[in-house]
Amino acid sequence: MRESVLPRRILKGSLFYLMLLLIVLFTILPFVWMLSSSFKGSEAIRTIPIRWIPERPTLEGYERVFNMQGFSFARASLNSLLLSVACTLVAVGSASMAAFVFAKLPFRGSNRLFGLYLATMMIPGTVTMVPNYIILRMLGLLDTYTGLILPSLANAFGVFLMRQSMMSVNDAYMESAYLDGASLYVIFFRIMLPMVLPTLSTMVLLSFMGSWNSYLWPLIVLTSTDKQTLQVVLGNMNGMYKNNEHVLMAGAVLTILPILVVYLISQRYVDQGISLGGLK
Amino acid sequence: MYLPDTAARKRATLVFLAPSLIGVVGFCLLPILASAVFSFMDYDLLMPMNTMKYVGFSNFTRILTGGEFPKVLLHTLTYLGLYLPLILITSVGQALILNQSFRGHGIFRTVCYTPVITSWVAAAVVWQWVLSGKYGLLNQLLAVVGITGPAWLNSKEWAMPGIVLAAVWKDTGYYALMVLAALKSIDPGCYEAAAIDGATGLKKLTKITLPLISPTLFLLVVINVIYGLQVFDSVLIMTGGGPGGATTVFLERIYKYAFKQYKMGLASAYSWILFALIMIFTAVQFRLQRKWVNYDA
Repeated sequence: MRESVLPRRILKGSLFYLMLLLIVLFTILPFVWMLSSSFKGSEAIRTIPIRWIPERPTLEGYERVFNMQGFSFARASLNSLLLSVACTLVAVGSASMAAFVFAKLPFRGSNRLFGLYLATMMIPGTVTMVPNYIILRMLGLLDTYTGLILPSLANAFGVFLMRQSMMSVNDAYMESAYLDGASLYVIFFRIMLPMVLPTLSTMVLLSFMGSWNSYLWPLIVLTSTDKQTLQVVLGNMNGMYKNNEHVLMAGAVLTILPILVVYLISQRYVDQGISLGGLK
Repeated sequence: MYLPDTAARKRATLVFLAPSLIGVVGFCLLPILASAVFSFMDYDLLMPMNTMKYVGFSNFTRILTGGEFPKVLLHTLTYLGLYLPLILITSVGQALILNQSFRGHGIFRTVCYTPVITSWVAAAVVWQWVLSGKYGLLNQLLAVVGITGPAWLNSKEWAMPGIVLAAVWKDTGYYALMVLAALKSIDPGCYEAAAIDGATGLKKLTKITLPLISPTLFLLVVINVIYGLQVFDSVLIMTGGGPGGATTVFLERIYKYAFKQYKMGLASAYSWILFALIMIFTAVQFRLQRKWVNYDA
């Protein structure tokens, strides 16, 4: 009995680790390739066979990223950071405020209004993109940060998530605070938000990562080069550095690194977001 | 919550609701209406607003009867046809591994999720270099096992498969976690019962695991068809619709019509056609689900 089971188990075990290895390689090799290319000089990037460790590591790629003609990578990074923070504040703020009303301050027709919110989630962004652009144009908000941020106010998915979470908070906390003379604003900030902190953190993170990585909307709204975001600048670089992959890879490394750090620090909340039926 | 219906409450309700309501009305509902109106108009963004004129269904007929539409549809369906089976296999495979306990589980999970948090722009830039014809990573690896790889993004036949490969790389980690959640909810008793009946590994997978997670797989297919029909970032950066228009897809067309040619009416009509396609595809899947999705568990 033992002789027949053991080899089979080893076979199964090695098959498992083979699959594991394949997945890890498929996932990680493009990153390693990117990192390795980013430290090579312009002649060294094209080699056969592959040289994973650069023969003469150089920061030329990174230097060129920061000294581009007409673009400022540092400025774009700052733009991305500030805009992501602003979009996140606006999106999470407006969503949690509305969710508070839907969860705890019902009024006549509030359920129907919430239904309307849910219905807007079915309309793909594709349909609203063109008219939103025209609306911003009519308001004179094209190529402004306000214009980029404003549509973040509409966040039906966030309202839905926060409402779910706020519904589970016991009314007694708020009622007793109310009897003690707290206003609804105090109740919202001092009782409600702290009690839904896990969901709130998840939403902040997903929203921040979504804004940092978004491409199409900043691409069409922000046209001045000094206002553009990191993703848009990296996209533009793609056309300009066709044969200088080490510069592109350095740009990619610098674009991925900040969000990777954010993710590693706060992984717990991001994972939670996925189980909540999360965002991409 | 019991609170008296005071003026203060009414005021607070309004204050809390206003920002979100302005957003939803101004940037969701109004645009949907506007888009519906624009789709029946000839509207050139470079001309003054009052030159806009009603043209009936001509935007729609122009798109649907033009030679471009069948090609765009074919490219999008090719993308979906390659992407869907691959993403299902890789995400289920990855989830099955994540469902085991082994040393380095946490690191493995983090590694798998890294492509997901990477922006599409960065991913596309990296994959362009990975797929580069002669010096690219993939073709060099293929050369090691004696295969001469195609020119990928510069080849009409292989550009779309190249984009799909990048998309599978980027998305697997995300959907694997969805599948993992479903795997975790399977009652272990099912496997014990099967083991007593003498079921082996593969049998367990096809007769127990897959049917029991079929609702999640269905959700995965529905979501991916919706997203896949709107594939954009990857295409715009990796090929820009090329080479020779071999990878033109819906959103890329809409983007070019609206923001390169400023034909807002045509672009609006195109986006409604895309929306209709999304609805049709989703409805068909809900009809077909009876054949393979199991809700009895």
